[in-house]
Amino acid sequence: MTMEKRSFDTLIVGAGGGGLRAALQLSQADARVAVVSKVFPTRSHTVAAQGGVNAALANVSPDNWHWHMFDTVKGSDYLGDQDAIEYMCRAAPRAVYELEHFGVPFSRLDSGKIYQRAFGGQSRNFGGEQAVRTCAAADRTGHAILHSLYQQNIRARTHFFDEYFAVDLVQNQQGYFLGAVAMDIASGEPILIEAKTTILATGGVGQLFRTNTNALVNTGDGMAMALRAGIPLQDMEFFQFHPTGIAGKGMLITEGARGEGGYLLNGDGERFMERYAPNARDLASRDVVSRAIATEVREGRGVGPNGDHVLLKLDHLGSDIVKKRLPGIRDMVMTFLHIDPAETPIPVYPTAHYTMGGIPTNRHGQVVVPVQQGAEEPVPGLYAVGECACVSVHGANRLGGNSLLDILVFGRAAANHVIRHLKEQRYHQPLPEDASEPAMQRLARWNREGKGESIAGLRIALAKTMEEHCGVFRNQDVLREGQEKVLALRERLAEAYIDDHSQVFNTARIEAMELENLVDTALATVSSALAREESRGAHSRIDFPERDDQHWLKHSLFSLEDLKMDYKPVRIKPLTVESFPPKKRTY
Amino acid sequence: MKFSIYRYDPDRDAKPYMQDYELPEAQIQPGMMLLDALLLLKADDETLSFRRSCQEGVCGSDGMNINGRNGLACVTPLASLNKPVEIRPLPGLPVIRDLVVDMEQFYQQYRNAKPYLINDDPCPEVERLQTPEQRDQLDGLYECILCACCSTACPSFWWNPDKFLGPAALLQAWRFLADSRDQATEERLNNLEGPFRLFRCHTIMNCVEVCPKNLNPTRAIGRIKELMVKRSL
Repeated sequence: MTMEKRSFDTLIVGAGGGGLRAALQLSQADARVAVVSKVFPTRSHTVAAQGGVNAALANVSPDNWHWHMFDTVKGSDYLGDQDAIEYMCRAAPRAVYELEHFGVPFSRLDSGKIYQRAFGGQSRNFGGEQAVRTCAAADRTGHAILHSLYQQNIRARTHFFDEYFAVDLVQNQQGYFLGAVAMDIASGEPILIEAKTTILATGGVGQLFRTNTNALVNTGDGMAMALRAGIPLQDMEFFQFHPTGIAGKGMLITEGARGEGGYLLNGDGERFMERYAPNARDLASRDVVSRAIATEVREGRGVGPNGDHVLLKLDHLGSDIVKKRLPGIRDMVMTFLHIDPAETPIPVYPTAHYTMGGIPTNRHGQVVVPVQQGAEEPVPGLYAVGECACVSVHGANRLGGNSLLDILVFGRAAANHVIRHLKEQRYHQPLPEDASEPAMQRLARWNREGKGESIAGLRIALAKTMEEHCGVFRNQDVLREGQEKVLALRERLAEAYIDDHSQVFNTARIEAMELENLVDTALATVSSALAREESRGAHSRIDFPERDDQHWLKHSLFSLEDLKMDYKPVRIKPLTVESFPPKKRTY
Repeated sequence: MKFSIYRYDPDRDAKPYMQDYELPEAQIQPGMMLLDALLLLKADDETLSFRRSCQEGVCGSDGMNINGRNGLACVTPLASLNKPVEIRPLPGLPVIRDLVVDMEQFYQQYRNAKPYLINDDPCPEVERLQTPEQRDQLDGLYECILCACCSTACPSFWWNPDKFLGPAALLQAWRFLADSRDQATEERLNNLEGPFRLFRCHTIMNCVEVCPKNLNPTRAIGRIKELMVKRSL
């Protein structure tokens, strides 16, 4: 079968904020860049980010990048790599000013400067009073950023392959990555996109869990492609549950709602966060607040007929603040719950939100793997940025407002590294004859005719399994059973068929391949969680309730082959400043 | 609950047809949105094709014609709809398959509106200043999600999708004209001259009627026309 082939300097898979920030940097440097996305770029999930992006601009209160760095290291429960965190926090103000120059409609202060609001886990002076660090465009910051980045890419004439589904990476015998095979969803035609460098920017995998804040497209495609290419995934046991999803439904209510002065109440009408975090209260780190809510509900102090949620109270803020600063969540709550949050508290419960783990990279976005017991080395030709990557700046728990920052800083950093690389490497590596064979087999597998379980049914079974076996609180028995169930689901998926064999916009085939990606990332998540016998950040083991720095201050690496777990040290040493050694973490 | 849904797969069907579906009442929950129902129908018939992603009205994927009116399936309550619910693709654009339309003409017109900030001054090392009042001018404009509900409800766009920019693109044209940081007013107005690009709008206001984000493209178009008139005096 002959396949169309296109050739670019750089291929970017994914058109969310990370992919588009990288694309813009590359296009402006006159590199030939192709962006492949399974949805039109502005449909990417960055669009749903609400509260804002962290940068120590000090527009509202005194601030500096070093305090931001401290908060991020502490928020990560000391699992974050401090060189990458220093790099990100130093780069943050510039990254935000650049966005402003790109046209992002940030909300403004009376001074005319960018509006900033309080967010969880932020402090002044290394753990002192609340900082005000999160730069916002009302509560639609992700939308504003994603659209502006797409718009600037239009201006820069970036080449887009909209609604192309990336099937698999392409590499040569020496392990050099040479692009990817993608499928034009509208026509069903495969295409080989050859590139000197490939950047994965495919986002997170929130669809692992039944109740989540994520879009249906967040199926971990890039992570699974990396796994299949023999690259391990790092720290996948750390999955963030956002404290305030709409109870039972999952839609996100931004942390900015608490940043603007909202707070949580239990069934007794008690402001219970005062017990869990006496200083930061409702603005403690997300892992802390989520555990507190889950504990209140487990101990019978929930709200509602089933006592299965708590309330987020905003009505004391006044209608003007709610309408001006939180218009998007007001609309959403009115649409989905038929209540006005300016008058009635919102029922909320922790909801699967963000993948801290991902494809291991260094702070230049280069994918890195350990080489035969030795130090890790970059994988030639392959980069990853954003939620699909693990730099690791979020460690065991991400701070609110640091995800938009991550995609901007490392999207840009990866692009800059690629640009330097392209100067040295003028020609494409020869492409082996059979380079696209694995991807083609993966596509052909879903053309088989037969009768089996439905993809939709298996996807629900997987999400229920992960919710029941890999949720906020975990223990060995529950996790082991979860791992067995995921492995069984993986076998059942191998025997599944689809009925739809049309070539035209075949969403059944896309969903089948997405489920393959979900199952592999689920296996990485539950296996890494089973192996880590301590509690750190978002990973709470009831059977190992304490953090154990002596044995577990290290990153997990999960490989698909034999479900092997490996570990590597945390990079404790920052670039220029003193290291923040692990301390007991209280808020 | 009964549905009648437009079906067409060029790989299999000689021509489009309407297919009846029934969703068992037992599967219907209070507060359910149309998209939830479509996902349940698709779980049973995986050939039914439509776009969807965020499920909360911010990504703009699932615009469709619902009982004769354009809207987003994910924020349209089932309870608000007359039964049987008749669902067709957005009108006026070529159908790829079922409820999936080819949006290229719509995106082309968006690009034609130069939807990006133009300011050729050297970038300051901090943000450009903008007062809260100047920033307020962008409210009701920047929130567009490019779902195409408005442009595909506009008779002027149906007739001239290649020449008339349509309400969504013109809303973005005004979004940048209204931005105190943008310097390309002349260039933008020149770009909208002629009988078609802007002036095909006959203030029918279907766009305002259907916008799922409650935006008002007609008002934005009016503001551009005012600027045009002011400039010609």
